[in-house]
Amino acid sequence: MGKTTAEKIFEAHLVDEPFPGTKVLKLDVVLCHEITTPIAIDDLIRRNKDRVFDPSRIKAVIDHVTPSKDTKTATQAKILRDWARRHAIKDFFDIGANGVCHALFPEKGFIRPGYTVIMGDSHTCTHGAFGAFAAGIGTTDLEVGILKGVCAFRQPKTIKFNVTGTLPKGVYAKDVILHIIGRIGVNGATDRVMEFHGETIDAMSMESRMTLCNMAIEAGGTSGICQPDATTVEYLWPFVSGEFASKEAALAEYSKWRADGDAEYEQVIDIDVTALQPISTFGYKPDQVKFVADLPDTPVDQIYLGSCTNGRLEDLRIAARILKGRKLAPTVRGILSPATPKIQQEAMHEGLIDIFMEAGFCVTNPTCGACLGMSNGVLAEGEVCASTTNRNFMGRMGKGGMVHLMSPATAAASAIEGKIADPRKYL
Amino acid sequence: MKTFGGPVLFLDRSDINTDEIIPAKYLTEITKEDLKPYILEDLKLPGFDPKGPKTKAARVVVSRANFGCGSSREHAPWVFEVNGITAVIAESFARIFRQNMFNCGMAAIELPKADLDLIFSHAGDDDAAIGIDIEAQTLTMSAGGKQKTFGFQISPFDKALVLAGGWVDYADKKY
Repeated sequence: MGKTTAEKIFEAHLVDEPFPGTKVLKLDVVLCHEITTPIAIDDLIRRNKDRVFDPSRIKAVIDHVTPSKDTKTATQAKILRDWARRHAIKDFFDIGANGVCHALFPEKGFIRPGYTVIMGDSHTCTHGAFGAFAAGIGTTDLEVGILKGVCAFRQPKTIKFNVTGTLPKGVYAKDVILHIIGRIGVNGATDRVMEFHGETIDAMSMESRMTLCNMAIEAGGTSGICQPDATTVEYLWPFVSGEFASKEAALAEYSKWRADGDAEYEQVIDIDVTALQPISTFGYKPDQVKFVADLPDTPVDQIYLGSCTNGRLEDLRIAARILKGRKLAPTVRGILSPATPKIQQEAMHEGLIDIFMEAGFCVTNPTCGACLGMSNGVLAEGEVCASTTNRNFMGRMGKGGMVHLMSPATAAASAIEGKIADPRKYL
Repeated sequence: MKTFGGPVLFLDRSDINTDEIIPAKYLTEITKEDLKPYILEDLKLPGFDPKGPKTKAARVVVSRANFGCGSSREHAPWVFEVNGITAVIAESFARIFRQNMFNCGMAAIELPKADLDLIFSHAGDDDAAIGIDIEAQTLTMSAGGKQKTFGFQISPFDKALVLAGGWVDYADKKY
C-alpha cells in the first residue's frame, strides 16, 4: 500500500512510539519567536535545563512586536536575544534583519521537502508548502523541542484536496483556501493533514502555495502539505546547489516525499476553481465566506496588507497593479507591512512602495503587529478592517473591531472604494 | 498530579477560540500569574460575565465543539490554570489546545453530544459541580441533589502526561 507525504515523513523521523498511536518524531528544525519562546526559556532555566539540542537546527526571530513598543515587549525580545547569543544560535534575526517568521524562514532556505518543523505558532503549517510536515505547537512542546529535538504527535489522517482548473481573473490562492475552509468548516480538518494536489496547485508559485498552506490551521488542520516539484527545486536552488549535481538530481531526491499514487486517504475532496470568484469572510469565523459579488454593501475603516498569509512580493505586486495611479478612498486608512526586509527592499526597487505611498498607504517595517492586534494598526471598537491576514475572530485586531479576510487584490480594490470591492474591474 | 473537579462554568457555544480565552495583547506578560485577570475577556455570550462570581468559582469548564481553536498560545491553558480551572470538557477540541492542556498536566476531556446535552441541562443550577477521576476515566455531575456518572476516553499517552504532571520531565528522562 502506498503512503501519503505525512506518512513518509513520520516513518523517516520516528524515534519512539510510547503508546499505540503516539509518535515521537525527530525534528529537523525548531523555529522560535519572541512571544511563545521566552516562557519556555524561563522554564528551562528554572528546571536547570538551559540547553539546546542543536544550535544549528534552531532558528529564531523577533517578529510579533518589533521594534519593541514598551518595556514588556522589549523584555521578551531581550530574553530571546540573550538566549540566542548564550547558545550560539547563528540563525537569529533581530531588528534590521527580522521579518514575519513564516515568510522569513522559507526565504532563508531553512525549510526543505521531507522536513519535520515545529514552532510555537499556529501558522507553522505554512511550511508544508515545501513538502514538509510543519505543525504549530504550544510552549511546552516547544520547550521539549528546544531541549531534545523531538515532538510527540498523534499520527494524523490525511485529506487529499484535488484542485483543478485555471484560476479565473482576480482569483488567487487566498480565494482557494478561503473557499476550502468555507466548504469543510473551521474544524473540518482537525487532527488531519491537508494534502494539496492537482493542476491548479502545480501551476502555483511557492508564495501562493505558502498562502494556501498557511490557512490549513483555520480549518483545524495540523499541516498543509504541497507536493515537492520543479517549482520547489527552483525556489530552493540558491540554497541547495552545493548539495546536488543538478536541479534534476535535487528533484529526484525531493520527489521521494511525494505521496504515492496508491496512498490511502481518509477523504478525497475535488475542488474545481473554474467558477471561483473573489471571496471575503463576513463574520467572526474563517469559514463564513461569500463571493464579494454576493456581499451586501460593507464599508471599511482600514485596509491591512501584510502578514504570513499575504505579505510576500507576489502579493505586493498584485495589490500595486490595482493601486497604481489610484488613491485610497477618503474614508479609509491603508497600512502595508511587507513581510520581510528582503521583500520590502525588492518592493522598493520595483517601485511598488512608491505606488502604495502615492495611493496614501502608510508603509511599516515587517512585523506581525496588527494581524493579532498587538501594534501598528490596532482597531478601535466598532471599526472594520479589510485584511489580507488569516483570522477574523472577534477582537482579533483590537477589542470590538471586525476583520474581513480577503486576497491582496480584493483588499486593494476595497482600499479604492472604501468598502469591500470586487478587484476584477481593476484588472 | 493536579487535582480535578469542582464548580462548573458553562460556555454554551462551539468554536470558542484562544483569542476569546486570552486576547493576544496580553501575550506580552512574562509570568503565567500575570494573565489571571484577563480570563475569557473577549468572550461574548448571553449572561456570561468574565469577571463574575461563576467565573471566579469555576474549577471545570464545559463547552461545545472545537474548543480552543485558533492560536497555539499555551497562555490559554495557563489562564485557566492560574484561575484554578484544570479541566475542560467539550464535544471536541482543536489539536494544539488539547495537547497544550495535557502537556501542562491538565485535562481536556471529550464527551459525546448527548452526554453534554445532559450536563448542559444543569447550566441553570447554581450548585452544578463535576468530579473527575482521571485513573478511572469517569466524571460525575452533581446538581440539585442528583448525581450522574459518565465514562470518557483519553489516550494512554495523554493520561501518562496528566499522571506525570507534564511533558518536559517525561521527555527529558526518556529522550
